[in-house]
Amino acid sequence: MKEEIIIAGFGGQGVLSMGKILAYAGLMDNLEVTWMPSYGPEQRGGTANVTVIVSDEQISSPVLDTYDTAVLLNQQSLDKFENKVKTGGTIIYDPSGIHRAPERTDVKVVVVDAMTAAIEMNNAKTYNMILLGALLKQRGLVSVDAVVKGLKKTLPERHHHLIPLNEQAIKRGMELA
Amino acid sequence: MAEEVKLMKGNEAIAHAAIRYGCDGYFGYPITPQSELLETLEDLMPWESTGMVVLQAESEVAAINMVYGGAASGKAVMTSSSSPGVSLKQEGISYIAAAELPALIVNVMRGGPGLGTIQPSQADYFQATKGGGHGDYHLIVLAPATVQEMADFVGLGFDLAFKYRTPAMILADGIVGQMMEKVVLPEPRARRTDAEIAEQCPWAATGRHGRAHRNVVTSLELEPAKMEVNNIRLQETYSRIAASEVRYKEYHTEDAEYLIVAFGTVARISLKAIEDARAAGIKVGLLRPITLWPFPSERLLELSKQVKGILTVELNAGQMIEDVKLATEFNVPVHHFGRMGGIVPNPGEVYDALVKHFPEAIK
Repeated sequence: MKEEIIIAGFGGQGVLSMGKILAYAGLMDNLEVTWMPSYGPEQRGGTANVTVIVSDEQISSPVLDTYDTAVLLNQQSLDKFENKVKTGGTIIYDPSGIHRAPERTDVKVVVVDAMTAAIEMNNAKTYNMILLGALLKQRGLVSVDAVVKGLKKTLPERHHHLIPLNEQAIKRGMELA
Repeated sequence: MAEEVKLMKGNEAIAHAAIRYGCDGYFGYPITPQSELLETLEDLMPWESTGMVVLQAESEVAAINMVYGGAASGKAVMTSSSSPGVSLKQEGISYIAAAELPALIVNVMRGGPGLGTIQPSQADYFQATKGGGHGDYHLIVLAPATVQEMADFVGLGFDLAFKYRTPAMILADGIVGQMMEKVVLPEPRARRTDAEIAEQCPWAATGRHGRAHRNVVTSLELEPAKMEVNNIRLQETYSRIAASEVRYKEYHTEDAEYLIVAFGTVARISLKAIEDARAAGIKVGLLRPITLWPFPSERLLELSKQVKGILTVELNAGQMIEDVKLATEFNVPVHHFGRMGGIVPNPGEVYDALVKHFPEAIK
């Protein structure tokens, strides 16, 4: 198993941390992982993206031409990465930031209205975890248990009370996808 | 006990590894893309556990001169920065090399020249391997390609620096500094005691210890005859290093008809291109220099008698290619492919460059 993923959107949408939590979950499941962020001014509001590779074999290049799965959260990201998804791959996108839907017909396109779902959960910060849930539903990759273990490992103790909310958000995302 | 596997950035791995090595002092100044190194050290607060000093200096120049002072007293000291900051350190690095002191310098390269960009680069190859500062000196230059190597080369760099009494440099690109991967950190070691330093570093300026003379550390020698002797001694050290410390890794070279030479993250990007090329029937291998100085020239000369052509792939305009051409004595055509200014090529671009330069490779 080897899955090459791009997650892209606005800085502040939780793109990098979504990738990080996925990478930690991969670590918990004893998989090889690389997490390569765009870094710099993107974090202050431009577009941010992260390449995550999860594999049961050693990973050569952390830099990729094409991806198995793309999670695209704004129009710029969709424009940039739509054509870099492999045939038979998956595009997951949130329609709230997008005015032109993906046009590819050779990939699976999954719409997840994570913004509305996050508002319904009364916590905008659950946004990226809803999308992670959608990604896990579509692609498997790692178990929800591994994600929770990863969260426990990475979050400081004082934030551990937020783990159940995150778990709930992941499950909501799985329902939506 | 099973080793604990952690997930962290290359920059963070260096910070953890430095504390575990028993590093005595870190002196630095923040600059993207290596700031997590200083930040992690400040988070971990080693001054409360091992007693390691972590100091954010007022500038890069101050930081390297603090390293000079710490190294002169036999301490295991280090600094880190990114390209423009490392340029500022060059005077101090030349002094440390001239004074025959061990130290570790980390450069997580970004695109230049000038302030350039914060995105990844390998354009400081010349600076790192050919001097950088003034005078006839070399650094031992280690080029990590993985987060694991970022951690491992801290100990290796310090060990080599102390063995040969010469500064060592970890020359990383911004990608391996910023990316997260699995890493097993080295076993923690205690910092050396004053008595151990006095015993292991008889050259260190640590006081008389009952001797008639004090050790004086300086790079100044106004008498040309004596200064030449100093130079000859340095060159002898460099010869010993070149004879025994060359490190490199080979991939798919056994039956290779073509060879890519690349270091750092670019070697991994090239490796993926090589997998695609092999799938297309092109027998291409990879040589990844781990020590950029000393350079794996002997092995490259051997390989140049086996292959039909060599492509160097670098994040610069073609710097390492000069060493590859010198090493291979023009036995085979050597071409360069590179991107500059913070652009990182993807594996497809490397594959295209290979086919462009060696069209006959596709049968």
